[in-house]
Amino acid sequence: MIEIKDVSKLYPGKQKTITAVKDVTLTINDGEIYGIVGYSGAGKSTLVRMLNGLENPTSGVVTINDTVMSELKGKPLREARQKMGMIFQYFNLLWSRTVLENVTFPLELVGMNKAQRVKKATKLIATVGLEGRENAYPSELSGGQQQRVAIARALANDPQILLSDEATSGLDPKTTDEVLDLLLKIKREMKITIVVITHEMHVIRKICDRMAVMDAGAVVEEGTVFDVFRHPKMEITRQFVSEEESPQMNDTTVVINELLAQVPTGKIVKLTFHGDQAKLPIISEMLRQFPNVDLNIVDGSIHQTQEGAIGTLYLQLLGDDAEVAGATDYLHKMRVVTEVIRGE
Amino acid sequence: MVSSTTGFSSYFHFSQVNWANMWSATGETIWMTLFSLVLVGILGILLGLLLFETTGSTNIWARLLHGITALFVNVFRSVPFIILIVLLLPLTKGLVGTIIGPKAALPSLIISAAPFYARMVELAFHEIDHGVIEAAEAMGATRWQIIYKVLLPESSPALVSGITVTGISLIGFTAMAGVIGAGGLGNLAYLDGFQASNNTVTLVATIIILAVVFVCQTVGDLIVNKLDKRVAN
Repeated sequence: MIEIKDVSKLYPGKQKTITAVKDVTLTINDGEIYGIVGYSGAGKSTLVRMLNGLENPTSGVVTINDTVMSELKGKPLREARQKMGMIFQYFNLLWSRTVLENVTFPLELVGMNKAQRVKKATKLIATVGLEGRENAYPSELSGGQQQRVAIARALANDPQILLSDEATSGLDPKTTDEVLDLLLKIKREMKITIVVITHEMHVIRKICDRMAVMDAGAVVEEGTVFDVFRHPKMEITRQFVSEEESPQMNDTTVVINELLAQVPTGKIVKLTFHGDQAKLPIISEMLRQFPNVDLNIVDGSIHQTQEGAIGTLYLQLLGDDAEVAGATDYLHKMRVVTEVIRGE
Repeated sequence: MVSSTTGFSSYFHFSQVNWANMWSATGETIWMTLFSLVLVGILGILLGLLLFETTGSTNIWARLLHGITALFVNVFRSVPFIILIVLLLPLTKGLVGTIIGPKAALPSLIISAAPFYARMVELAFHEIDHGVIEAAEAMGATRWQIIYKVLLPESSPALVSGITVTGISLIGFTAMAGVIGAGGLGNLAYLDGFQASNNTVTLVATIIILAVVFVCQTVGDLIVNKLDKRVAN
């Protein structure tokens, strides 16, 4: 278990002191994927570097399985780091070594003999789906393949914790999804804790169990991914959620504007369904109860999270005021989150 | 024997070249260059490493060490070689017991070229992506493991191309040292060529030095290409 308690990190400068991390308290459970999302400069990279002692907190305590990280120095610190893997945005592979030699690197550091090193590395290379490429150099691989090598390298010393610092930020969407699937597979098969730092909400939604949102060094919101997506409390969280919910948000605004221009009448609402609601025939039931309401679908999408589906639907409702009001009341009654984009 | 010491044809009196002297001078030049190059390589990497490891440190002793090393490197890199030889004559006498002959050239060759190479080594280390070093730290590598498993292999092409450039300037330095009695092709060109008014000797010595430089550059380039895996072949 990782416990971060009242942790702050200050960088004293000549002009003024910069607060990179401010009073952060978090608990990350064994075997979960914990996501920390924030814009660049929010302090998430500094926070994750305090987990493996690359940085030490100015105040507060980072405890990993009852060991206080900032108290470790020299050999015990190196041994603790050997039990933690880390992957990076730019992979940070050694270009002078082949794939196999990169993966054996951490094993060399702990003094494992060559035959065992090669055996273990070969197995890991197969786990990340790169069998046959053992003797290639990083420069001969694509970005996604390089990140797979970095993941195999990070897993070489059987870590209990894997730290991922923007590991998919340099990859295209398809490759990102492949790497995320690999992380999910690793979590399931190896039962390790993964801490993911990202600015992409997509990454959080796809693989994380719980999450925290960081802004200006502080954690402003925390909870299960499902809850945070369903009820974002802070404005910054809503921004992140809406970016992810509808990447075509701007398109939708265009469609709504066109619709408003074409049909200056009617009420436009945004509905958010989650979990089992997404499976119920709520809309058709609403139309049966209020048959004089006309309905026009503007936009819609469904996303899978680790805990279930979240759906979004934009509707134009036409009809007399009482009927339309009744229909929206019905949606409220069915506990569908309704947001009026334009009333009448 | 009638020989004209002026005019274009004076370059082509090959019969006047004492080839035995020429080859032994070539041998001396190569020996001086290689011997000093080995020591320059070792010293340069050590000094470069010291400069790199103490850069930006907050430890007062590390900063002091950095300051002293940087001063030493900058001073000896800046002193013109011909002056350095003269300046170091007493030291040379003390170290190798003589101030003439190929051996006598070694101290000033090494002291002049090592700081030059040290700066190239430091630069080569700084060009390594910091993320790679951070990754090694995150894996629990010791400082020493980072040096010989990350810094040296990752900068190897730059280290070799640096030693090639240093080797070529060392060949030039040996020629200069030759003028004040260190032996080698520079010495031969000066004594048997210039002072004896034998332009052919000077020309032949020049051509041999050029050949040595070209071989040095070609071998260096070949090794760099072999080491550099950053670009897919």
